[in-house]
Amino acid sequence: MTDTPVLALDNVSKVFGRGDGAVYAARSVSFALKAGRTLALVGESGSGKTTCARLIMREYQPDQGQLLFRGTPATHAMADYRRAVQMIFQDPFSVLNPAHTVHYHLERPLRLHQKELNKAQREAAIAELLERVKLDPALMAPKFPHELSGGQRQRISIARALAVGPEVIVADEPTSMLDVSVRLGILNLLNEMKRSLGLALLYITHDIATARYVAEDIIVMYAGQIVEWGPTESVLTDPQHPYTRLLLSAVPDPDVRFAQSSYNAEMADVENIRRLSAVPQPVVSEVGRGHFIRPIPG
Amino acid sequence: MKQLFSGLLGNRKAVIGAIILVLIIFAALAAPLLTEYSPTARVGRPHQPPSPDHWLGTTRVGRDVFTQLVYGARTSLAVGFGAGLMITVIGTVLGIIAGYKGGVIDEVINFFTNMVLVVPNLPLLLVLAAFIGQASPLVIAIILGLTSWAWGVRVTRAETLSIRQKDFVKSAEMLGEPAWRIMGFEIFPNLISIVGINFIGSVIFAVITEATLEFLGLGDPNTVSWGIMLYNAQNASALSVGAWWDLLSPCIALALLGLGLALINFAIDEIANPRLRTSGRLGRWTGLVRAGEGRL
Amino acid sequence: MSMPVLSVKNLSIDYIGEKSDFRAVDDVSFDIAPGEFFGLAGESGCGKSTIAFAISRLHRPPALIRSGEILLEGRNVLDLDKEQLRKFRWSEVAMVFQSAMNSLNPVLTIETQFYDVLHTHLGMNRSQARERAAQLLELVDISPDRLKSYPHQCSGGMRQRIVIAICLALNPKLLIMDEPTTALDVVVQREILQRIDKLRVEFGFSVLFITHDLGLMVQVCDRIGVMLEGKLVEVNAAQDIYTAPQHDYTRKLWASMPRLHGEQIRQGAQ
Repeated sequence: MTDTPVLALDNVSKVFGRGDGAVYAARSVSFALKAGRTLALVGESGSGKTTCARLIMREYQPDQGQLLFRGTPATHAMADYRRAVQMIFQDPFSVLNPAHTVHYHLERPLRLHQKELNKAQREAAIAELLERVKLDPALMAPKFPHELSGGQRQRISIARALAVGPEVIVADEPTSMLDVSVRLGILNLLNEMKRSLGLALLYITHDIATARYVAEDIIVMYAGQIVEWGPTESVLTDPQHPYTRLLLSAVPDPDVRFAQSSYNAEMADVENIRRLSAVPQPVVSEVGRGHFIRPIPG
Repeated sequence: MKQLFSGLLGNRKAVIGAIILVLIIFAALAAPLLTEYSPTARVGRPHQPPSPDHWLGTTRVGRDVFTQLVYGARTSLAVGFGAGLMITVIGTVLGIIAGYKGGVIDEVINFFTNMVLVVPNLPLLLVLAAFIGQASPLVIAIILGLTSWAWGVRVTRAETLSIRQKDFVKSAEMLGEPAWRIMGFEIFPNLISIVGINFIGSVIFAVITEATLEFLGLGDPNTVSWGIMLYNAQNASALSVGAWWDLLSPCIALALLGLGLALINFAIDEIANPRLRTSGRLGRWTGLVRAGEGRL
Repeated sequence: MSMPVLSVKNLSIDYIGEKSDFRAVDDVSFDIAPGEFFGLAGESGCGKSTIAFAISRLHRPPALIRSGEILLEGRNVLDLDKEQLRKFRWSEVAMVFQSAMNSLNPVLTIETQFYDVLHTHLGMNRSQARERAAQLLELVDISPDRLKSYPHQCSGGMRQRIVIAICLALNPKLLIMDEPTTALDVVVQREILQRIDKLRVEFGFSVLFITHDLGLMVQVCDRIGVMLEGKLVEVNAAQDIYTAPQHDYTRKLWASMPRLHGEQIRQGAQ
């Protein structure tokens, strides 16, 4: 397996508005997605993680920097890109068309991207896709979305993404709108897909504990910038950036009662930490093996 | 869509409305079987009250009212459904395109829609009909079809805009589905209820407006339709001479057709909007509270 | 326990359908002591929100309370008539909803929203209400110049804090919070809950905290009740729910939640 990342963002910035009112939704963002590995992208709302997802899905173009697909810049005329990069959405209730059956949802991608298959081969492919996501093909294929649970819909959504044979999957909060007892099944499925199909996974979430469960590497964003990044274990057990420390101390942790939490020390300075973390910082500091931060000024 | 039909069959309003509609359609189609008279021939003495010979009496010139009614139904239904279809098709197609494509196309369609919307409908029709002289039902149907689609575009566009935001549309785009396919096969199937309501509403509008135009004297007096029946009855001062059957028959026929269609429309709305479906549940709930089985 | 602030006894609530009924709450009983932070955990459809609505008497048809009592300091809430209910709301029980960001009237200033409650229940005039409102805002760490703002000029977290301040205006004995922070970021969530905890200790009211986030509840609650499909399957001290869960469902919930620190949960634990 070559070491060239399948997909990479190279110093990408995206600005909205002009002049004084200009907002950097993403500022000098660089990261790489490698086959068979999951990269977690965590941050609060407004941190820029959704912007990154949209840039990767080419909903809009970067204002600075570029998108690299297999090492070469991804330009408009790349039909291959569309097939290779697929997305899984957050809301299980709007991810499937209520007017069509499961079978239809899985047939369309095959008809569009694997035109060479005849009807029998297509049916076999659809059955295989459903089995991959642990659903019974005979039972599920004729059903309409309103007959399915949230977890089942999300599985169909994953099956649809896999139908075109992608290399990269962008999962945008895939479990945040599902019941707690159902989430693990979906995460396990993503892990398995990654291993068996060699996918590169970008896992976007605000639930950092799940990031630890699925991702080898992690990126923490705030105000459009990546403030800390590196191997998940390293960043989560030994966070160096004040914002990361603030974020992690606020994550619900049943082992720590409020009174004993480190949040109290961090909390005293929340305003300050946020203000300093938002300052554009081009300097990068290495704080561990593969573990980097953008230090705050002062 | 299957759900819609099965839902309609179980809905009381829909069933009653459908029965009325079917009866009227049947009367129109089976007209020669229901009456031996011709609608334009003089078959009796002027202004005879209802009798076994003439079930709804005769008009001022001795024509059979019942015969005119059942043959007239053909015209009203034809104009109603014909114009209704044209209005709905134009409105839906433009609405989906405007809502999905956005940008310049949306602006252009909106501009024309606003223009047509702002022009007062009935006066425009009056002017056009007067200009043409004696407008036959076909002409009336075409005029209605070409001038009344604006509201449908608005409604369809609004619904398209809200569906467009959904993830499944984004997913189809990411898959590389062509725009026409997304509009026709992804968005349109979710608009069936709105389109259905729009269609039936347009039919009611077309029927009433045709009758209005003819009543005002802008139609072709040689046609057999409910509107012309009203026109003739009015000219004959039917009510003042006591020949109530002459005037009331077309009136009630129009009202009945409108009622049937409106009931079907309410039913479609109820099925599309489950929150409106209260009848059965609320009855049971009140019963239980009264029996002391529970409280709020 | 001395007389509990809230005592739910054998509560059963149905949603009436056209042919059959859905049992949302099935014979649920629990108590909340004065000053206690009590959590009600469960997934969607388990009935926890239904109970919260029943305590505030907010249900509409087709909900139907079949049997049971809800005693607030001994008085059965279900027996209160309209007038008593009016006095009861806000002054004895106050409720914060999930979309509390939308509970504020968008066309009224913050000051007016406080005035509404303070004038109706305490007969305060505008200037008295303004003073009291400023005090209340301070409790939730919001500057009094926000009184002149409109809801859309405040962030989601701020709006939630304003709603909490309004809820505390009449010193209620019980504050019910139904998923108050689910739509907010973790840091804001932490700020708000920590503040409520402090206020609870200061003013002595009890809290009924409803959420699906079991990990969060163990951090802040004294006792926790776990609900499954309308039934209360386990009630215990927060630490015990975490370290020694008794019911299979509670154990299953813990096995479904990835850990941020320490030993990770097993993959096959489903």
